[in-house]
Amino acid sequence: MVARTVLHDADITRALRRIAHEVLESRRGEGRLVFLGIPTRGATLADRIQRIVDEIEPGVSSAGSLDITLYRDDLAKSPTRTPAPTRIPAEGIDDAIVVLVDDVLYSGRTIRAALDALVDHGRPRVVRLAVLVDRGHRELPIRADFVGKNLPSATSERVSVRLVEVDGADEVTIEP
Amino acid sequence: MRHLLSTRDLDRETAIRILDVAEDMAQTADREVRKLPPLRGKTVVNLFFEDSTRTRLSFESAAKRLSADVITFSAKGSSVSKGESLKDTAQTLAAMGADAIVVRHHDSGAAHQLAHAGWIDAAIINAGDGTHEHPTQALLDAYTIRARRFGAGARGRDLAGMRVAIVGDILHSRVARANVWLLTTLGAEVHLVAPRTLLPHGVEHWGATVHEHLDDALAAAPDAVMMLRIQSERMRDAYFPSAREYARVWGLTAERLALLGPDTMVMHPGPMNRGLEISSAAADSARSTVLAQVTNGVSIRMAVLYLLVAGSSGTAEPTGGEG
Amino acid sequence: MTGLLIRGAALLGAHVDDIRVRDGVIAARGSLSPETDERVIDARGLVALPGLVDLHTHLREPGGEASETVLTGTRAAAAGGFTAVHAMANTSPVADMAGVVEQVQRLGQRHGYAEVRPIGAVTVGLAGEQLAEIGAMARSEARVRVFSDDGHCVHDPLLMRRALEYVATFDGVVAQHAQEPRLTVGAQMNEGALSGELGLAGWPAVAEEAIIARDVLLAEHVGARLHVCHLSTAGSVDVVRWAKARGIAVTAEVTPHHLLLTEELARGYDARFKVNPPLRRDEDVHALRAALADGTIDIVATDHAPHPIEAKECTWAEAAFGMVGLESALSVVQLAVVETGMLDWSDVARVLSSAPARIGRLEGYDEPLAIGAPANIALVDPAHARSWSTADLRGRSTNTPYLGRQLPGRVVHTIHRGVLTVDDGALVAPEAVAAAHQEVARG
Repeated sequence: MVARTVLHDADITRALRRIAHEVLESRRGEGRLVFLGIPTRGATLADRIQRIVDEIEPGVSSAGSLDITLYRDDLAKSPTRTPAPTRIPAEGIDDAIVVLVDDVLYSGRTIRAALDALVDHGRPRVVRLAVLVDRGHRELPIRADFVGKNLPSATSERVSVRLVEVDGADEVTIEP
Repeated sequence: MRHLLSTRDLDRETAIRILDVAEDMAQTADREVRKLPPLRGKTVVNLFFEDSTRTRLSFESAAKRLSADVITFSAKGSSVSKGESLKDTAQTLAAMGADAIVVRHHDSGAAHQLAHAGWIDAAIINAGDGTHEHPTQALLDAYTIRARRFGAGARGRDLAGMRVAIVGDILHSRVARANVWLLTTLGAEVHLVAPRTLLPHGVEHWGATVHEHLDDALAAAPDAVMMLRIQSERMRDAYFPSAREYARVWGLTAERLALLGPDTMVMHPGPMNRGLEISSAAADSARSTVLAQVTNGVSIRMAVLYLLVAGSSGTAEPTGGEG
Repeated sequence: MTGLLIRGAALLGAHVDDIRVRDGVIAARGSLSPETDERVIDARGLVALPGLVDLHTHLREPGGEASETVLTGTRAAAAGGFTAVHAMANTSPVADMAGVVEQVQRLGQRHGYAEVRPIGAVTVGLAGEQLAEIGAMARSEARVRVFSDDGHCVHDPLLMRRALEYVATFDGVVAQHAQEPRLTVGAQMNEGALSGELGLAGWPAVAEEAIIARDVLLAEHVGARLHVCHLSTAGSVDVVRWAKARGIAVTAEVTPHHLLLTEELARGYDARFKVNPPLRRDEDVHALRAALADGTIDIVATDHAPHPIEAKECTWAEAAFGMVGLESALSVVQLAVVETGMLDWSDVARVLSSAPARIGRLEGYDEPLAIGAPANIALVDPAHARSWSTADLRGRSTNTPYLGRQLPGRVVHTIHRGVLTVDDGALVAPEAVAAAHQEVARG
């Protein structure tokens, strides 16, 4: 039973470029974009997307991370997890267009927690969601606004995202 | 980690982890909404057999900021003061559904007993037991030193290479004991200063350098000087001739303050006896971390409560997660 | 049935012989055939010891009956192989008058499990100020010979001198609880590196040694006997050894727990290990064992100190000092000094029977298992081993430090003045014991 690569490094780069363009388009020329990635790899992706956006249209975006450990709905089910840092850009999120970024969208619970965390930091004008991979099987009414790749999968399968900054290589694999 | 009874039980990794989580907790103070949800629905009981407004308020504040329900049970005017035993009090709290008990008691070993006697199955946090230990105080002191020294780059660091002097009634001080074990675990060099009458038997085995004169310890150029309160209520007999003599030989006077380096921290767990162990000049100087220690106390206690109460009571950290 | 024939026991662990008990005395020894009207006890594999004599027990009655009574305490004693116990005076009221000591002695006699020899207080109310009516107690029916303020130290040097001199008038001995009060205010455990670490106030060895040093010199000066209770430090051993070399009439006792347990047990703050004098270091345990072996310490005495559950199930500082020890004494001695080869069973007979009897001026124990002597016998199975539990206790209280520990040896039969008080490991019922004593008296 071997892992199958569904996105190679070039595919990932292309997907992130496309997402960056789509996000800028949806902005319709006004508003401050804040990309907040969910650690660990969501935060890495948020940085990458923001850099691409900044190349295309400088000065309208910033990036940070939003840790959701303390907002999870399953805290009591496993030993206590250590939170990762939350870094909100200095201008904050009030009245901003916040784009939550994560690597894989699955049950939707992580994003639910992220929304709760976000609300405790301020009041964005609008919140969007960008993910590299949407693998289906939602347990909550959550959908992504920007998707790198739709990847139908069985719940028994395991989807893994690797990024250069964290894992040394860029690829997305699925294995039974 | 099921209980926090003593800093002696913390290894380097766990200690750093607590300090790092406290950094996350500290951030919430700057937010719009200063509350976090992880202890929602959990009950934290403050069981204070000994009077202590500041520590009790600090724990209350920490628990509330994590959305826990807080019940405070202090000795005066309670069934405890009417002679109810520790065992009966513990079992009553268990029957009321406490998830964590923060306990301060005048007898050494009380927290250990609550944790191991089998009377209650809650997380036990030692907020000071007799002259034995005060782990959250040591943690907030270490956090304060680390934050002052490394600022934004403090995360993940220990205190290797730093020199800390602890001055005062070491014999009766649970703050001193807790600090010696933790600072040593974090790699700091500890210096103890006290007249011989205030040094415990066997202190030479504690892994710290012992001085009988404050001037000797200051000559070693410490990064932080921690002054302990002279606890007159604990003394049963004359350990030194007079307050005046104590202040002269072991007090952090304005003269001694002037000899300290500009970055040397002046610390005190509070409450202070101004003019006895610490001069007003020292207490109010820019080097003083006294107020920061109080603020950091809430963050540390939030970190401890989160780590002990939020998860299930297992020991291994889970790996990976789902989206 | 008024007679017993004990067959095949190893007397004092050595020579195997039969023993005939008749009319409350040891009637014969040797290779014996059963006679009519006597019960045969198969004692093969068992060691026969003289009935044990405890020079230091707390029976708590009068006043402390919630923890122990003369009945329950002497039952515990019988279970441990004891046929005589000296009951300390710190009762309520204090045993500082003839009336109290006579009452305690009579209770022991009525119940019949062991001979109770009351100890009289040295000072009125144990207050350390005024001498108690020592003469009255010595001349009472209780015939008190041992005087002690145990629980408290006779710390005033002038009073100690007077006590030594006055008690000598009645062929008595002062048994001193050596603890300088000014050096042990609020003390909880042995003073050392561990007490500093645990935050428990220390009880320094010098507080015991300094008093013993003073007392042996006083005893020498006035020519009186001195007995030192529960020696606990190597330094105290040195002082006593020096005193004996000088010819001073001092005797010393050690408890079973001080021969086995150390201060390390305080680490868990479990107050079952809180005792006065406190558990000390490894070096002290070894010095005490060696001193018992070379005779510097004359006897083992239990300092059996019962306490109710709530006095131990609390914080260390709130807990009472003391451990029960009558039922476990022989097993602990076997573990600590017999199995380590330092003492043999005849030495055990000396330190737990003949020597304490001699110090307490108790008759009938000078020659162990002698023909014609009162039949006070303990039959022990040294091969038996068990994990000690509260089920092994027979007194009213359960504050034993040996729970869960493997202890060797088991008392199978105890015979007090010819009457079985323990039969095949089980205590004989009070009515049966009383009836048997009456039968012996009649016969």
